[in-house]
Amino acid sequence: MSATTQSPTASDSRTPSKAARLLGDRRLPVAVTALLFLLMYLGGLTRYQFYGFAEPQVFLNLFIDNGYLLVAAVGVTFVILSGGIDLSVGSMIGFTTMFTAWLVERQGLPLLVVVPMALAVGALGGFLMGYVIHNFEIQPFIVTLAGLFLFRGLCLVISKESISIGDSSVSSMATAQVSLGMGFLSIGAIVSLVVLAVAFYVLHYTRFGRRVYAIGGNEQSAMLMGLPQGGTKIAVYTVSGFCSALAGLLFTLYIQSGDPLHATGMELDAIAAVVIGGTLLTGGSGYVLGTLFGVLVLGLIKSIIQFEGTLSSWWTKIATGVLLCAFILVQRFMTTRQKT
Amino acid sequence: MTTPSTTSSRWRALTRHHLFWPVAVLVLLLLVNVPFTPDFFSIKMADGHLYGSLVSIVLFGSPLILVAVGMTLVIATGGIDLSVGAVVAITGALACSYISDQSDQSALSGVLLAMGLGLLAAVVCGLWNGFLVARMGIQPIIATLIIMVAGRGVAQLITDGQIITINSSPYKLIGGGYWLTLPFSIFVVAAVVAVTVVLTRRTALGLLVEAVGGNAEASRLVGIRSRRIKIMVYMFCALCAGIAGLMISSNTSAADGNNAGLWIELDAILAVVIGGTSLLGGRFSVGGTVIGALVIQTLTTTIYTIGVPTQTNLVFKAAVVIAVCLMQSPKFRAKVFGARFGAKGSTTPAAAPADTAATEAAPKMEVS
Repeated sequence: MSATTQSPTASDSRTPSKAARLLGDRRLPVAVTALLFLLMYLGGLTRYQFYGFAEPQVFLNLFIDNGYLLVAAVGVTFVILSGGIDLSVGSMIGFTTMFTAWLVERQGLPLLVVVPMALAVGALGGFLMGYVIHNFEIQPFIVTLAGLFLFRGLCLVISKESISIGDSSVSSMATAQVSLGMGFLSIGAIVSLVVLAVAFYVLHYTRFGRRVYAIGGNEQSAMLMGLPQGGTKIAVYTVSGFCSALAGLLFTLYIQSGDPLHATGMELDAIAAVVIGGTLLTGGSGYVLGTLFGVLVLGLIKSIIQFEGTLSSWWTKIATGVLLCAFILVQRFMTTRQKT
Repeated sequence: MTTPSTTSSRWRALTRHHLFWPVAVLVLLLLVNVPFTPDFFSIKMADGHLYGSLVSIVLFGSPLILVAVGMTLVIATGGIDLSVGAVVAITGALACSYISDQSDQSALSGVLLAMGLGLLAAVVCGLWNGFLVARMGIQPIIATLIIMVAGRGVAQLITDGQIITINSSPYKLIGGGYWLTLPFSIFVVAAVVAVTVVLTRRTALGLLVEAVGGNAEASRLVGIRSRRIKIMVYMFCALCAGIAGLMISSNTSAADGNNAGLWIELDAILAVVIGGTSLLGGRFSVGGTVIGALVIQTLTTTIYTIGVPTQTNLVFKAAVVIAVCLMQSPKFRAKVFGARFGAKGSTTPAAAPADTAATEAAPKMEVS
């Protein structure tokens, strides 16, 4: 369809109107989310202009406070693009905080050894889930649900109480600031932006990325085309597991402790960010940049509620739900448009 | 099919029954308890009530059974309802906040009104879910995710972020009271299960639900109002969750917007899967679900009684989910048991090839 709309020489009867072409554009959801973010930011500017909302640091704080969510959401984007779902993200993050804190504090291992171990465990967990999903044809929903239970349970097996990290290298990394002239970013924020850039490259410029889109678009055609469907599926869950573990490390850095109840329900935030970012839940369509905007919108809701001061924290949940609903309905209307 | 002996054919018929594996797991779990607590099966009479491990398993498992029964029908239509936990929280919060506003908290009319209010809210949530799924055509996981996320916020809004405690004896009856020496909640569960079974197996409703789950488009073409069925099913699921919400809040005499019914949707889905209902839709077994829910509750109780540290509860649960799912997966069975049948060779020569052929055919049918 995109080929016909882009060629101006196509016969008049088949060329859709400008509005229809705009509505059929796959980038529209991302644009809508970006626009929403901009409007919310401008709204915040006008409403809280005397409370320091305009300071660039407020904007940069969105990355600092949501870096871990961004990394987790990028991993979930891979899975959702391939037509699956990963519910184990939140527990994997919680497990990584616990695992890292336990190894660093109780076992006295240096951070340089612990970080690769945590990432390897995350990737291995994702790989195992992907392996079971592909080889035994069990629904991703159920397998990752088992993963959710397993990793949350393993958190509790390590320790029931939270472990705070007093290691000097961790605290110096956590407080390190990278100056940008008008403000600063934390190491976590920079790592998350690097992850985003890598994911963007992988999804749009590599063979693996195209396979992910192909499998998400139509698994059967992908299979008939001879794409290595199994390998790609397993790889997608491995990526998600790796990203969750990385997000867990960033989260550890952010709050400098391990707790068995850290990041409960974070998978929902990540899925919501991906959906708000315009990725179709049926798979095959979406952009990782949209996920960035989705995370930023969620982060902005949180900071606006903080600036408002009188609103209680549960309004965050309600606002997220309402936004989720709005975006799902928009997606729905768009996909019906494309079909007709 | 010709089989060498009648005993083996009877055994095969038994193992083929859809309730065989769930029941076997339940019995096994119950038996595991016996070496650790010898009087596990004994039921004592004290204060005019029955006490015993079995009674408490049913008592503590009853909210889960209710939610899982509702979930079974939703899953049978090929959907899923993630919002039940939030609905549990909303119902409990509404009912308790209404009762706590009354001057006389034990007044029967006030309690009934509060329960009606809570259940009404639950049904409205279900209607919204059904509307999104059936009318707007949104994927069920996502459509119900909305209430799952926002619903907890709404519940906290109702309770103002606090835990509302009440002191109402009629309300206490639903979740913590006794009637005819048995916990009252058992009767509620029995009534709901009975109504569900009668409605789905004695009328055409169950067939329609399965038809919609099997192929919504085809069922619409043969004249089934598949949208209406779907909306009904989501409303029923929410109603069940609402009753469970009343039960949970009444058992603790408190409404906690944040923690009431937390993770119950996952447990309920688990119960449905253990009970043998396919997540793809088109087939369901209410009896299997009830057994599945009992398995989960027994598992929890077992972990307590055999002295495994309680924090490993979730790891155990994960192991059970994986084991049950692997057993249900035709591919896994073909890989593991198919090989073993082949190695043994002559025990059931006629059946084994047919078995593998059937299991190999199943995935192919899904693909085409």
